[in-house]
Amino acid sequence: MTDVASVAAPAGGSLKRRKLPGNRRWQRSRERVIEGVLFVCALSAVAITAAIIGVLLYESSTFFERVSLWTFLTDTQWTPLFENPRYGILPLVSGTVTTSAVALLVAIPLGTITAIYLSEFARPRVREVVKPILELISGVPTVVFGYFALLFVTPMLQKLIPGLPGFNLLGPGIVIGIMIVPYISSLSEDAMRAVPMHLREASYGMGASRFQTAVRVVVPAATSGIVASYILAISRAVGETMVVAIAAGQQPNLTFDPTESAATITAFIVQVAMGDLPHGSIGYQSIFAAGLTLLLMTLVFNLLGHWARKRFREAY
Amino acid sequence: MAFTREEMRRLIGRHKIKDMGFELLGLVVMLLSLLVLFALFGQLAIDGAARINPDFFDSFPSRRAGSAGILSAWVGSLLVMLVTALAAVPVGVAAGVYLEEYARKGKMADLIEINVTNLAGVPSIIYGLLALGLLVYQFGLGESVLTAGLTLGMMILPIVIVSTREAIRAVPQSIREASYGLGASQWQTVRYHVLPYSSAGILTGVIIGLSRAIGETAPIITIGALTFIAFLPPPPITGTPPFVNFDWLFSPFTVMPIQMFNWISRPDADFHTNAAAAGVVLVVMTLLMNATAIWLRYRARQRIKW
Repeated sequence: MTDVASVAAPAGGSLKRRKLPGNRRWQRSRERVIEGVLFVCALSAVAITAAIIGVLLYESSTFFERVSLWTFLTDTQWTPLFENPRYGILPLVSGTVTTSAVALLVAIPLGTITAIYLSEFARPRVREVVKPILELISGVPTVVFGYFALLFVTPMLQKLIPGLPGFNLLGPGIVIGIMIVPYISSLSEDAMRAVPMHLREASYGMGASRFQTAVRVVVPAATSGIVASYILAISRAVGETMVVAIAAGQQPNLTFDPTESAATITAFIVQVAMGDLPHGSIGYQSIFAAGLTLLLMTLVFNLLGHWARKRFREAY
Repeated sequence: MAFTREEMRRLIGRHKIKDMGFELLGLVVMLLSLLVLFALFGQLAIDGAARINPDFFDSFPSRRAGSAGILSAWVGSLLVMLVTALAAVPVGVAAGVYLEEYARKGKMADLIEINVTNLAGVPSIIYGLLALGLLVYQFGLGESVLTAGLTLGMMILPIVIVSTREAIRAVPQSIREASYGLGASQWQTVRYHVLPYSSAGILTGVIIGLSRAIGETAPIITIGALTFIAFLPPPPITGTPPFVNFDWLFSPFTVMPIQMFNWISRPDADFHTNAAAAGVVLVVMTLLMNATAIWLRYRARQRIKW
């Protein structure tokens, strides 16, 4: 390090000046090696993506040799661990869609209203206190939310809805909804705050009220960010595992009724991984097929988010 | 359109009422979601309080709920976090430095960027499947501390990369120019100027990433980690030469969230008390980590004024 530093220091003596060419060559190759190492580290992100796709495709390919893609997509039963296995992904997808829909019905209104309030109505002090709290909440482990869903929310719902089973889609859906409110409110609020002040001033200047300004000027101008936050929330809800694995039930069930018990894609993967299925069995491979379905679902939402951000972007 | 003074006043009054109505609605909705969360955490603390005592931290899991503890779980979490940090921090920071300081605009940089953004949106359980197929079976690492650490390391890599980039971007260009002006090379500029000035931001990202990892359950279950572990991995430091022992990397293990999940899934209500206690420990741990991160970021913003 010292010899390189002396090159960098302009106050080198005559002795050091004579050494310079050799040092410089060494330094140059060192710079190139370092850049190479950094580049390889950056490539790791590409490598992980490639590995995810590779592993899922490789393991599912053996699954799809035994089960046709058509059966996988259209059969209405998912019982890979039974005597007469059936491999239709639909029941798992319906469970995932139902919990996510319940979650979004809770999170989108709560999150959006909170965001509008924080950005346009609340005093700066309130925002300074509430935003870090929201950030803290989004860091709480999901297994804790699973505990809430099974032992607090479901018993409470059972009092309101008689005959609700102990495992159901409604409780976990609501809890996931509460869990993803911070994502929506925090990101939407960022988007609304990024709307330039002069738009608001113009609106007030035309005699609009605060509510009119918020709803007709700020929200439309921030649409790209708000939609992106919804889509992030959807992809969180779809991929959420522990809450549903704990509280939604283990039985695949083709239903869109949130008061029934049903397994989701993620809950099924957890259920199989907890048992001891031999490596290479079709049950083992079925979780990779389920995982591939999940990845494709979230990928679609991520691409939609990307598109929404571009499509609705307003440049000022 | 002409309004009389009376109509005007009524119009303004109506809008004022609407404004106030929405302000009230916003306040109620915000407080509602915060209150629900506080109520849930409060209930968790009340449920778990009975079991939180020194013995709880000092006992192995047991068939009897009353004497079960989280010793193997928190030690396991600690060791897994060590591997995760050692795997994700150097690679993530290096990748962030490359993307901000070295990468020339082009297809390669775009490709890496798209991958980082997409990886951040991949559900955590998919990382578990990756680890199951690749690390456990292809590389033969088994259901070990090493596998779990590397899995979580891959999962938090995007978080570390993104926060490193943000922190580096906040260092003004003039600092780099001053460094180059004194004859420093690109790496010297990064090593002695850019990295030290962005270290608080990077640290914030690392802590947030680790707090995500410490509470993550799904990928660890997917690699098939056992849930009943009544022993500790061999200690990393031994009394006899060569003093360092790497056997712990390949040891079976359990971690805090797995232990909690295991207790929740039992029908016996006594175990639910244990689960609540483990939940309290987990929540306090992650809240402390996140609070440290937020505080660090706040302090860095206060202290450095370019």
